[in-house]
Amino acid sequence: MSAHAERATLFLLDQPRSAWHDQAVWWVRQKRDRAASALPEWEELRDQASRIKAHALSRLADYLEQFERNAVRLGARVHWARDADEHNRIVHDILAERGVTRLVKSKSMLTEECHLNPYLMSRGIEVVDTDLGERIVQLAKEPPSHIVMPAIHKKKEEIGELFHDKLGTPQGLADPQQLTEAARAHLREKFLAAQAGLTGVNFAIAETGGFVVCTNEGNADLGASLPALHVACMGVEKIVPRAKDLGVFLRLLARSATGQAVTAYSSHFHGPKPGGELHIVIVDNGRSRLLGRDEFRRSLQCIRCGACMNTCPVYRRSGGHSYGVTVPGPIGSVLAPSVDAAKHAGLPFASSLCGSCTDVCPVKIDLHHQLLAWRAELARNGLAPRWKRIGAKAGGFVLRSTLLYRVAGWLARRLVPLLPRALVYSRLNAWGRGRELPEMPRRSFRAEWRRRGKP
Amino acid sequence: MEVALFVPCYVDQFYPRVGLATAELLERHGASVVFPEDQTCCGQPMANAGSLDDARPLAEKFLRVFGAYQYVVSPSGSCTSMVRNHYGPLLGERAAQMHGKVFELCEFLHDVLQVKPRGRFAARVGLHQSCHGLRELRLGTGSERILPARDKVQELLSGIEGLQLVQLQRSDECCGFGGAFAIDEEAISCRMGRDRIADHEAAGAEVITAGDMSCLMHLQGLIRRDRKQLRVLHLAELLAEAGARA
Repeated sequence: MSAHAERATLFLLDQPRSAWHDQAVWWVRQKRDRAASALPEWEELRDQASRIKAHALSRLADYLEQFERNAVRLGARVHWARDADEHNRIVHDILAERGVTRLVKSKSMLTEECHLNPYLMSRGIEVVDTDLGERIVQLAKEPPSHIVMPAIHKKKEEIGELFHDKLGTPQGLADPQQLTEAARAHLREKFLAAQAGLTGVNFAIAETGGFVVCTNEGNADLGASLPALHVACMGVEKIVPRAKDLGVFLRLLARSATGQAVTAYSSHFHGPKPGGELHIVIVDNGRSRLLGRDEFRRSLQCIRCGACMNTCPVYRRSGGHSYGVTVPGPIGSVLAPSVDAAKHAGLPFASSLCGSCTDVCPVKIDLHHQLLAWRAELARNGLAPRWKRIGAKAGGFVLRSTLLYRVAGWLARRLVPLLPRALVYSRLNAWGRGRELPEMPRRSFRAEWRRRGKP
Repeated sequence: MEVALFVPCYVDQFYPRVGLATAELLERHGASVVFPEDQTCCGQPMANAGSLDDARPLAEKFLRVFGAYQYVVSPSGSCTSMVRNHYGPLLGERAAQMHGKVFELCEFLHDVLQVKPRGRFAARVGLHQSCHGLRELRLGTGSERILPARDKVQELLSGIEGLQLVQLQRSDECCGFGGAFAIDEEAISCRMGRDRIADHEAAGAEVITAGDMSCLMHLQGLIRRDRKQLRVLHLAELLAEAGARA
């Protein structure tokens, strides 16, 4: 069994909880449907977004350099990081040089991907995640389980317990409003004490050198505005060529992510604030490897809306932690093997290939076809699970010969009904653990067809 | 019009009635049906396992067996999509030899023969939208897409008297079969299937029908294990039965 299948099986042991998770996430998918339906031009917008991203990726180096020139002109400092380590080192150096020991952070999946928090904390810097969901999982010492709703796997009662334990709220508190207010008061102190703010980047605009950060809580704005030092970390794929392209992406992002018309805050940053410093760290970490591959390049179009997770029938029932990576779900299963193919070889198989992710994706990434392409890539490199390779070999051998195929079918149809149930439904029969096998007919279709031909 | 029947391997071996119903339906609407005996499998299980080298000989066999026919029809959206959309990586340019020739049954009735089956089937029916028919062949507008709703399968069913389609909570969620996924991710697969069945039950369906017997094999396996009363019927069986009753 793959690691995903094992963790999914565990998650499903608590059936009511898995059903609750499925329904909670499905509810977001339905909100997305309603928001998207309000725009008659939805499919056209998806087309445009996909084409803009494909174009930007086709000249990524040029646009990145244009962005750098313009950002520097606006007074920002731009840093380049080849991988997670270099990214973490750069961020730490910026903070250490200025004696920063208290950092507030808004949501950034890139820094999760690079494991920045433990890197900084082990070097004596307090890192406080200020997005409510991120703060919840940080207090619980867990990774996020969803890229837009990091604590979607937690029930409000569990958050009440956690806050009671960590923030001293009254025991048994489970009212979302009161819990949020408690978190707000706690975070306000952290904001006021912070010496630096770190944010992610949703869109970096090549022609202006500015960038946009989307949040619903305004936490990025506080973090970037109160302390003098603002560090913004972005993957190389966040580039859009022109400011007017935002009109396409901002309309798609919030509708796809949460079913809102637009995020509560879409903040534009153009250079440092007066008297402050702005550092932009641009990270590759495996992305240019994907860029070089025709079959996987499109996965870099992702704007991290999470819609593919919300629609995925596997994600909803197995929970985000079952994927064992920062970005779970269909897009995560496409991205993870590019970083470590051997470690994440099970993920491209953790999909029924239903294709719902492909049709929900606002930038039209053909996700289920990329999962299929990854399976072929893994098999080519000898990384597909062993039993799959053996099964495919055996199946291919039998099916190549019409005679062998007919004999195998005949044997199954004649033998299975004769065998004792305990043998047919032994532990080796994974199909039969929860399901019955088909009732075996006496004759195949081809035998029936031949008989039919006779008068 | 001559039509070559492409019967998925597991239908040939385990669901002969589906193949017979498909032939009957095509003949009733004026096609003359042949069954090329050398066919086995389109190669999808191997391709989905990533083993393109094991799938390729089967794609080549498919070309040898079916290449000469003008129309190839299959009672499976998934196998049809394999040949139509996924032979490229296996055969390169030769994949084009089958372009415009391979059809899923409902698509063939609707688009090529342009017929509307008549008949009578008095029951509350739940239509399970098999994913590959819906999202790879575009037999209908999936719930994700913000486009005018149209559905070739429902149009075909609309000519059947007494048939009442039930309204599902989730109109086109995957049943969880997914080929080897049903084994690899057994727990999730069964959960997805049971959730689908519950949706059909809650909507009052007496029969679940679908364009792919693989989805129904999985759902029927769960229904029988749980000793439920729901009947499953492939669309070909349902339409053939309805026509025979009329």
